[in-house]
Amino acid sequence: MATTVHEPPQIEPERLPSHGSGNGGWRNLVPAGGGLRRVKDSSPPPASTGIWVIMASITMTFAAFTSALIVRQGGATDWRHFTLPPVLYLNTLVIIAGSVTLEVARRRIAAFMGGVQDQSKDQASPARWLYVTLCLGLLFVAGQTLAWMQLRSQGFGLASNVSYSFFYVLTVAHAFHVFGGLGGLVRVIRKLHCGVLRRSSLDATARYWHFMGVLWLYLLLLLWMKL
Amino acid sequence: MHDMSAHAVGHGAPTSFIRKHVFSLDHKVIGKQYYALALLAALVGMFLSWLMRIHLGFGSFAIPGLHLLSKTGAPGDVMTPEYYLQLMTMHGTIMVFFVLTTAPFAAFGNFFLPIQVGAEDMPFPHFNMMSFWVTFVGFLFLAASFFTGSGPTLGGWTQYAPLSAVGDAGGPGQGLGVVLWATSIGLFCIGQLLGALNFITTTLDMRCKGMSLMRLPLTAWGWFITSIMGLTAFAVLMPACILLILDHVAGTSFFVPSNLVINDQVLPHSGGSTLLWQHLFWFFGHPEVYIAIVPGMGIVSHILVTNMRRPMLSHRVLIYSMGALALLSYMVYGHHMFVSGMNPVSSLAFSFPTLVITIPSTIIVLIWLGSLYGARLRINSASLFSLAFISMFISGGVSGFFLAQPSIDIMLHATYFVVGHFHLVMGVAAMFGIFAGTYFWFPKMAGRMMNETLGKVHFWMSFVGAYCIFMPFHYLGIAGNVRRYQAFTDDYLIPLVPVHKFITIAALFTGLAQLIFLYNLIHSRFKGAIPPNDNPWEGTSLEWSTATPPVHNNFGDKMPVVYHDPYQYSVEGASSDYVMQTSPEKINSPDEEK
Repeated sequence: MATTVHEPPQIEPERLPSHGSGNGGWRNLVPAGGGLRRVKDSSPPPASTGIWVIMASITMTFAAFTSALIVRQGGATDWRHFTLPPVLYLNTLVIIAGSVTLEVARRRIAAFMGGVQDQSKDQASPARWLYVTLCLGLLFVAGQTLAWMQLRSQGFGLASNVSYSFFYVLTVAHAFHVFGGLGGLVRVIRKLHCGVLRRSSLDATARYWHFMGVLWLYLLLLLWMKL
Repeated sequence: MHDMSAHAVGHGAPTSFIRKHVFSLDHKVIGKQYYALALLAALVGMFLSWLMRIHLGFGSFAIPGLHLLSKTGAPGDVMTPEYYLQLMTMHGTIMVFFVLTTAPFAAFGNFFLPIQVGAEDMPFPHFNMMSFWVTFVGFLFLAASFFTGSGPTLGGWTQYAPLSAVGDAGGPGQGLGVVLWATSIGLFCIGQLLGALNFITTTLDMRCKGMSLMRLPLTAWGWFITSIMGLTAFAVLMPACILLILDHVAGTSFFVPSNLVINDQVLPHSGGSTLLWQHLFWFFGHPEVYIAIVPGMGIVSHILVTNMRRPMLSHRVLIYSMGALALLSYMVYGHHMFVSGMNPVSSLAFSFPTLVITIPSTIIVLIWLGSLYGARLRINSASLFSLAFISMFISGGVSGFFLAQPSIDIMLHATYFVVGHFHLVMGVAAMFGIFAGTYFWFPKMAGRMMNETLGKVHFWMSFVGAYCIFMPFHYLGIAGNVRRYQAFTDDYLIPLVPVHKFITIAALFTGLAQLIFLYNLIHSRFKGAIPPNDNPWEGTSLEWSTATPPVHNNFGDKMPVVYHDPYQYSVEGASSDYVMQTSPEKINSPDEEK
């Protein structure tokens, strides 16, 4: 799917207070008695702060699941250990690859926005790398679905044992959040083609996507150790 | 100019009724929607408490029409013991989640936080709209449980396992009722997480020129701190609800232990942990106490300062103390589990921070009292309810000292002493904060003044009534009156029945006062006096710089610039009694941040 970008997507210039809701900044004090001084906006855009807030919330959710797993396993006599479906390791490679391709896309778009585009490269490449990331994300979810189907075909459903229950809960919860990342990617692609893409939106989406990767590595380690 | 402002706010002024009043992106409309939801929930919750109190005080008394609410729960208009527990559960859930969290935080915060920081709206208005509607759907799920076959759950607002996880074997409402409860609370958590996202980013990133963090009013600080607590606490309760639902609908065994026998039947679960739910729930539950009360602290501080005409003794220490409360609230949750059989060393580990958390609470109270000392307070409904907030917080807080110690808590934990404690310190105090905020901000929200005479009648009836209800609870608890009992037939409890009768009469009297408030609210909305100007209380913060009620993007075509700390009252040499944050007047205030 070739895409031609005719002009750099618009990004917001430095957000000064005269542009609607500005940022007070952490120490942007305006001295009493007039004498306004032009203050540089030092606060990050809301999308940047917002994504950190969202990641904090998701971290707390998975911390709660983790502590539930530890407490539940602690006194359990019914805990059954099992081998993780091998496809999970392949999925791990897929999600890591997705992070790499997204980072490539992000850097190229950032360079494009900054007017530092490399003329020797295809201008459509930033969007192409985003599509690759999107496909890898979908492949990851498909791989996770395959793992669930494999376990179910072996007779290990959600309620067969609490260890399987935790496996399903953690992986499904993670996949659900990956869908959020996919939605973010679709939004970025749409904005890139027919709207105004803000640098902060792109960075926030990338940050979330990387976070999904790190979260998956953590979950894999947890599941591997505990299950 | 209109187009410019519409662009800056991120969404234009709505034109259709649906976009303006239903699926609105405007933080002010969302704030009013939250307030309306809280008001509806409070009326339902109060009605349930009336039914409970009538049953406790006059057990065999038939409440006309009660069978219409539940044929099985109230045959012959007299409620069954199970139905009493169901009403109690719904009262607690509705009041804690849909009133005490919703009104002071989501309602007032949504309306006033962006204005007080000098923003045109929250940064993610679609999430903000979703926040309300997800919460509303959560409320509908909870309300729906009244109309299911066996009614709502009877497990108490804390939903302790295994009772909450065993399904219909646990009694009426323990099957579908619990699933509806957990779904409702799960949705509520999502709604509040979306709200917290907006509150935090608004505070950090949307402040206007000159609005440093320390120039934020105490209300904004209260909402900011609360949103951080909400972000972390609701993110833990939501997974707990998911696990509880799975125990019901998928047959998992997270919370139900092996070989549990109910009604001669062995339940098909294995190895679940009953304490796991308590850990997850109270990790949320204790911060929830502060989620309910910290916005109220900000609100009453803001109102008192405005009416004292002088700043608090220390703006910074008050903020730091509220922050300390939030931080410590995560370290004390185990004090709700002293009777769970926990290791005594663990009890001590939770007891110590519970005693420590009284330090910032005490500092806050001392700042209030010290600031009030010698002040010529303007007496109005808002300031009276603010004083009552402090009174309730002190009265309820003092009993917390006792309950913080495991050796005493073990004796009092299951009694009315605890009911009295938390009703005063987080229930009534937070409600009084809501009332104070309503009387204070009504002119800005509705463009009308509330009736002050009715407000004062409402205040005195509520203030006296609340003490008449909840102080005797402490006496009942010390006398060994177990809570959650629906009747008092044991020998040692029979002498306490007259006390329950008195409390019931007090509850009905106090409830009547709330109907006065409701009348005042509705009547004033349409017939109230028009405020003399945009700043009827002569306040200094940014909400008083806006039109009444504020325009779509809050500040019209000129964004505010802030020059002063939030509470510049009675500044020597100033041109008037107060200097607004937006006034460029040069002042020489010792409190002003340089």
